[in-house]
Amino acid sequence: MASLDDLKKRISSVKSTQKITKAMKMVAAAKLRKAQENAEKGRPYSEKMNNIIFNLSNGISDKENAPKLLKGTGEEKIHLCIVLTSDRGLCGGFNSNIIKKAKLYFQKILNDDKTLKIITVGSKGYDQLKRLYKNNIIEKISFKESKNINYFDANKVGKIIIDRFEKNEFDVCTIFYNQFKNVITQIPQEQQIIPLKTSDNKKQESLSDNIYEFEPEEDEILSNLLPKNISTQIFKAMLENSASEQGSRMTAMDNATRNAGEMVDKLTIQYNRSRQAAITKELIEIISGAESL
Amino acid sequence: MSEEYKIEIVNPEKSFLQREDVIEVVIPAFEGEMGILKDHIPLISFLKPGIVKVNLKSGEENYYVEDGIVEFKDNNLSILTSSIFSLSDLDKSKIDQLLQEAEKDSNQEKIDDQKRYLIDQKINVLKSLSLN
Repeated sequence: MASLDDLKKRISSVKSTQKITKAMKMVAAAKLRKAQENAEKGRPYSEKMNNIIFNLSNGISDKENAPKLLKGTGEEKIHLCIVLTSDRGLCGGFNSNIIKKAKLYFQKILNDDKTLKIITVGSKGYDQLKRLYKNNIIEKISFKESKNINYFDANKVGKIIIDRFEKNEFDVCTIFYNQFKNVITQIPQEQQIIPLKTSDNKKQESLSDNIYEFEPEEDEILSNLLPKNISTQIFKAMLENSASEQGSRMTAMDNATRNAGEMVDKLTIQYNRSRQAAITKELIEIISGAESL
Repeated sequence: MSEEYKIEIVNPEKSFLQREDVIEVVIPAFEGEMGILKDHIPLISFLKPGIVKVNLKSGEENYYVEDGIVEFKDNNLSILTSSIFSLSDLDKSKIDQLLQEAEKDSNQEKIDDQKRYLIDQKINVLKSLSLN
């Protein structure tokens, strides 16, 4: 059995761990509010963008000559996956959930004998994927330096994707991120961005078949709009991700704080018991010593 | 019958402006300036750098935009833009900063005609702004 001193040390070390997790929880809670606000504010832009693109792609007369970003290259051989994760750890299952989802998809692609390319955004994703998919990772991006999520960063990622697409480096592009539902639930998402899938919002829009006036031509607007849309989708994913990260960290740290509390209680009981046992033992020794006289 | 319609300007971070008493909006569309009144035909267009004039019942507001997409439908005007500044917030130093960036871009060798056109536009607009 551990000595009294050892127990005392353990109790104090668990207590200081608890202090850290508690502080992290509170920091995460404060950041969460901001991140959540940002995510909600960012939604109208991407939704509007989606609607406009949907209306445009419906109005396009010449389907054959549609921009490649919309209809794809006509093949499905090379898949590019963008895995968005956090730069910091200690956020519960946040990163592993995305990775799990992504790995399932990777496996499917590899089983179909297609080529897989990966770009990781955020250092944690790279750390988890490099062991299994080192040869597939073509680029790793990290925005550790930028304090807040901003559109500029998202645009950088968007440009990288478009550059690679124009060089015919891939046919299909999918992004993986966590969608923020609430503090406890974050849903890992896979979203195909090239070629663009517009089926999601078909229902609400199919009623209004507006005839639009386009200036300049549809094709020209589309080819201008689609690259922007990619950056927008990435930006949306980054915003959702950051809210999810803070939410996930908050719950994880809350649990850790509670567990530490339980552990302290347990250790304290153990400490008191062994202290009592030591006293009883000493008493017995004294009594039996006195009796023998 | 009222002659007003709604406008919403959104940038990636947030909803920038929402008004419900718009009489006319003049936008710097890609192929020339365009004024939009109520019951305009549904329209999609994109913007070049310039000034968006929002003529409200309660007064006039001016915004400087660098790019963006405009959609007009059912008397709702949506402008999506990644960079927009209210003219009243835009002071001399900010204009100069934007101007310098634009001039740096235009000195690059490898840009296509369309980009050059947009950058030249931007410089012109900014110069006229800094004169006022």
